[in-house]
Amino acid sequence: MSTAIDVRSVVKHYGTMTALHQVSMAIRDNEFFTLLGPSGCGKTTLLRCIAGFESVSGGDILLYGRDIATLEPNYRPVNTVFQQYALFPHMSVLDNVAFGLKMKGVGLAERRARAGKMLEMVHLSAFADRMPSQLSGGQQQRVALARALAPEPKVLLLDEPLSALDLKLRQAMRVELKTLQEQTGITFIFVTHDQEEALTMSDRIAVMSQGRVQQIGTAREIYEAPNNRFVADFIGETNLLEVEVVTASGGMAEVVLPGGHRLRCAAADTTPGRHHLSIRPERLSIAAEGPLTGTVERVVYLGTDLQLLTRLPDGAPFTLRLQNSARTQVPEPGSTVSLQLEDGAARLLVD
Amino acid sequence: MAGGVLPPPSNRGGTGWGPLRVPLLIPTWVMIGIFLLLPVLLMAVYSFLTKEFRGGVIWDFTLAAYDQFFFDRGLFGDEPPVIEWTYISIFWRSIWQAGVATLACLLVGFPTAWFIATRAPAQRTVWLFLITIPYWVNLLIRTVSLKFLIRDNGPLNEALIGLGLLDHPLPLVNTNLAVQLGLFYSYLPFMVLPIYAAVERYNFALSEAASDLYAGRWTILREIVLPMVRPGIVAGCILVFVPSLGAFLAPDLLGGAKTYMIGSLIDEQFKGSQGNWPFGAAIAVILMTMVLMVLMAQARAALKGERK
Repeated sequence: MSTAIDVRSVVKHYGTMTALHQVSMAIRDNEFFTLLGPSGCGKTTLLRCIAGFESVSGGDILLYGRDIATLEPNYRPVNTVFQQYALFPHMSVLDNVAFGLKMKGVGLAERRARAGKMLEMVHLSAFADRMPSQLSGGQQQRVALARALAPEPKVLLLDEPLSALDLKLRQAMRVELKTLQEQTGITFIFVTHDQEEALTMSDRIAVMSQGRVQQIGTAREIYEAPNNRFVADFIGETNLLEVEVVTASGGMAEVVLPGGHRLRCAAADTTPGRHHLSIRPERLSIAAEGPLTGTVERVVYLGTDLQLLTRLPDGAPFTLRLQNSARTQVPEPGSTVSLQLEDGAARLLVD
Repeated sequence: MAGGVLPPPSNRGGTGWGPLRVPLLIPTWVMIGIFLLLPVLLMAVYSFLTKEFRGGVIWDFTLAAYDQFFFDRGLFGDEPPVIEWTYISIFWRSIWQAGVATLACLLVGFPTAWFIATRAPAQRTVWLFLITIPYWVNLLIRTVSLKFLIRDNGPLNEALIGLGLLDHPLPLVNTNLAVQLGLFYSYLPFMVLPIYAAVERYNFALSEAASDLYAGRWTILREIVLPMVRPGIVAGCILVFVPSLGAFLAPDLLGGAKTYMIGSLIDEQFKGSQGNWPFGAAIAVILMTMVLMVLMAQARAALKGERK
C-alpha cells in the first residue's frame, strides 16, 4: 500500500513554545486516519501544517513522494473541512461547492454539473440556490464537505468537523463520513478530541499529547494494547496500579500486585523497577477468589452497565464495569469482594 | 428566490414599551424636527425668495435663484436664455476633486484599516488612537499648516531640492493637486474607521478556505474579502465624498481661482453685502438633491444585494 502523506520529523515552534516535537507518521493511501488528543496536543497544528496554513519549523511533509512543506496552500492538492465550516456567506450553496473547481479553471457548465453531483452525494440537491445562512448547522457541515470534496483532492483534511453539531446529528454524520470516504476512495485525515468518534470511524489512529505522537495503531490496538500511561488513560476508562516488576522479557512481565499476588501480563516496557499496570474495568469480574480485593463504595447504574467503585486495601480507587443482566449479582456497598482478571486484561505500561 | 427565512432583528410595532412608546419617542422627533427638518425646510424656502441687496431676503416667491444657476440671460437679463456653464462647471470640478480625494483615501485607507485590524487587539486600540490624534487640532490650523508644508520654499520643496531630486521648487499651492491633498488629509480617518470596523468583523477562516480551494492572494481579495467588507468601503466612501463635495476650507486655503469649489461658492453667497442668500440656498438645495440621489441609488443597490 502506498503512502499518501509522509510526515517526517516535523517540528513547529511558536516563539519559544514548541507545538510539534519531531512528529513522524506515514498515512496510507485510501485510509481513514485520525489525529486524536486533548486540546493543545498539536493535532490541529499538524493538520494546518499539512494544509499549508502554518509553515513547519523543521522536517518534511511528503504527498505521494513530493515534498509539499514549502508550498502555499493553493498549490497543495489537499482540501480542508473547517471546524466552523467557513462557508462563503455571499455565495449560494452551489457556488460555494463550485468555488474550488472555478479556481482550477473548470468551465461554468462543467463545474455546475460537478458541484451538483457533489450536492447529490451529501443529499442537499434541493438546497443548491440557498445561501449558507439559510441552512441548519448539519446542512452547512455537509456543504463544507461537498465543497472540499468537489475538486477531488488527493487527501481530505477534517478539523473537528462534527464538534459544532448536536449528539444525534454527530452520530449520523459519523456513518455518513465513513461511507463517503469509502465511496470516494480519498484519504481522510480527521482531527478530533472525541475518542468515541476516533474509535468508531478510523482505520488507524495517532494519539497525540504535548506535541508528540504517543502511539499509532488501529482502534483495537490502541485500546487493548496501549503503550504508555497517557494513551491508556486517555482512551476509554482504565485502572492504573503502581506495581513492582519482578522479571520481564519478550514482551511479557511478571509483576507483584498490591496485596502480594504475582501476575504475568503483556508489557510495553520491560525495564525492571516500579511501573504502572493498566486494567480495563470491563475485563474484571467478582469471584470467590482473585488476585485483588476491594471494598465496594458505590454502585452506579448506567443502563446497559453497572459501575462498581471500590477501594483497594492500600486506599487506591479501583473501578469495575459489570454487564447489567439478570444474572449479575450486585454486591452491597461496604462489602469486601475478590476481583478476578480476565486473561490479557492487564498491561504493563511505559510511564 | 425565497428571501427572509430569518426574521428581521427588530422589535417592530413597539412591543415591550406599551403606552410609554409615544412619550418616549417625543424627544427624538423634537430633535429631528428642530435640528434636521426645520433647517432644511428653511433653506428650501429661502431658495425661492428674492434677494435683498445687503444680504437677507424679501418675501417674494420667485425661481430667480435657480434661473441664475442654470441660465445666462445676458448682462441685463433681457436676452434669450442660454445654458450658464459657470456654476455647472464648478459643480463638475467639485465632483471631480471629491472623487479623486475619495479614491486616494480608499487606496491609502484600506491597507491602513487592514493593517490595524490584523494587529493584536491591544495594539489596535493604540493604532486607532494614533489615527485620531491629528483631529484634536482645529481643521483650519491643520489646513494652513499643510499649506506651509507644500509651498515653494516650504520643507517639502526644500527637502526635495536638498536631496538633488529637483532643481526648482514644485509649484503645489493653488493647484488641483493641493486641494485634493487637503481633502485627502482632512477626511482620511472617515475612510479608515468604517473599513476597520468591517475588516475587524471579517472571518479570516474564509481567506484560508479560499486559499485551500486554490485561490491566490489577489483572487481572495477580489472574490472573498472585498464582497465581505463592501459595506465598510461604501460607508467610508460616502463619509469622505459627501463632505469633500461641500468643503470650502481646503479649496479656499490651498487652491486658487482655478480650483474653486461649490463649498466656497455657497460660502460667498452669505458673506457681506455681495452675498445672495436665495442663490446660496438654491445651490445648497441642488447639492443636497444630488447627494441624496447618490445615497438612494446606493441604498437600493445594497437592498438588492441583501435580497440576493
